[in-house]
Amino acid sequence: MFFDHYSYWIVIILFVIGLYTVMSRSNLIKKMIGLSLFQISVFLFYITMGKIEGGTAPILVDAPDTVYSNPLPHVLILTAIVVGVATTALGLSLVVRIKETYDTIDEDEIRDMEDVK
Amino acid sequence: MEEFTTVFLMALLVAGALGVLYVRNLFVATMLLGAVSFLMALIFIILDAVDVAFTEAAVGAGISTVLFLGTLSLVGADEKKSRPKTVLPLLVSLIVGGTLVYATFEMPVVGSADNPVQTSNLTTRFIEQSPKEIGVPNMVTSVLASYRGYDTFGEVTVIFTAGIAVLLILRQLRRRRDEQTEGSSSAENTETGVESGPSPSIHDLVPHVVSKLLIPFVLLFGLYVQFHGDFGPGGGFQAGVIFAAGIILYSLVFGLEYAQKLIPLWAVELLLAVGVLLYGGVGVATMLYGGNFLDYNWLSADPVAGQHLGILLVELGVGITVTAAMLAIFYGFANRNEFRENSGE
Repeated sequence: MFFDHYSYWIVIILFVIGLYTVMSRSNLIKKMIGLSLFQISVFLFYITMGKIEGGTAPILVDAPDTVYSNPLPHVLILTAIVVGVATTALGLSLVVRIKETYDTIDEDEIRDMEDVK
Repeated sequence: MEEFTTVFLMALLVAGALGVLYVRNLFVATMLLGAVSFLMALIFIILDAVDVAFTEAAVGAGISTVLFLGTLSLVGADEKKSRPKTVLPLLVSLIVGGTLVYATFEMPVVGSADNPVQTSNLTTRFIEQSPKEIGVPNMVTSVLASYRGYDTFGEVTVIFTAGIAVLLILRQLRRRRDEQTEGSSSAENTETGVESGPSPSIHDLVPHVVSKLLIPFVLLFGLYVQFHGDFGPGGGFQAGVIFAAGIILYSLVFGLEYAQKLIPLWAVELLLAVGVLLYGGVGVATMLYGGNFLDYNWLSADPVAGQHLGILLVELGVGITVTAAMLAIFYGFANRNEFRENSGE
């Protein structure tokens, strides 16, 4: 019972840690890092779904009756990883501009400045 | 043994993630995130996803760490102690986590063959028919570039857009300031840039020698991954990232100016578009031959040969755009840094 769902629970723990980081930390870089953790947990979830017991990587081999793991989740996640880093970079570049405009990357301090205005 | 390895790696994963959450220094958090990504790559290998592991190791542990460090060098690495607001987020996170755990009891057992993911028609089709229809041993490549070619085209466009957007966001201020000072200071900037010059410091001797030895092999490996992706793990996405990593390594060790002499920014911008156009061009070519968009069977008299040619060209397009996008993003951050140093901020 425990090992049946162990991987899912790890996914959920990572997911929750990522979610908690995004919500509880006011530093924008820390939020981006939390978002990356969040992303990684979803990747693991997809790949776990594609795994088949006793299977091998989905690359054709010359042996009959070979069981292959499902290639589809691999494709989806492979592209998602590269798109993920591109969008993370976009977020980080916005953080750089925020730092230059407000001279801080702390969400609370930015909100205080906005209130004073 | 495999189970033990998985459990061990996953425990490390959770420890790393908790470390990321609690550490105050953002440099440390970034390095821990890189370690978490690398552990994740190892777990992907155990779960048979070799292509994904490859990408995660190159992107998560490599490029994204460099990006975070580049940002930290611009914004500072200390996380200020903020007002405590832990109760509500903790509550929400725990409720979400609890709900998800409850949901897992309805999930199929990990790795079971009667899992709907494994029994779906799509899966049997990909596994049984793709070797005959596409003739490429690596099923991930055939699904990526052929069956789901349209989807991948969209992904490449997203990467292209992100690369352009980073350049636009990070170059804006620079141009405005140059206009304000009417070009006089920009001339000074370039002069001082030459004077302060990329003279390699003596302290960097070991990285210099090591990277000089390594970089040719990194680039060669990138090409191998690019063109061997049909037969083994690899393909345009991984190759693009590895190729870009080689050039970023060069830039980090020898200085940005040398790297930009090798591949100037205008070339990066050009390549960014060339890759997408090559991908789209293959699609248009198949339409001109009489088939559907990205239906490679029409590229040659023999459908399997057509698939081969189509996949090769499309993967090349992906590789070019990913390389250019990673370099564009890196140049965007690195140039910002140099600019700030020059203007004395």
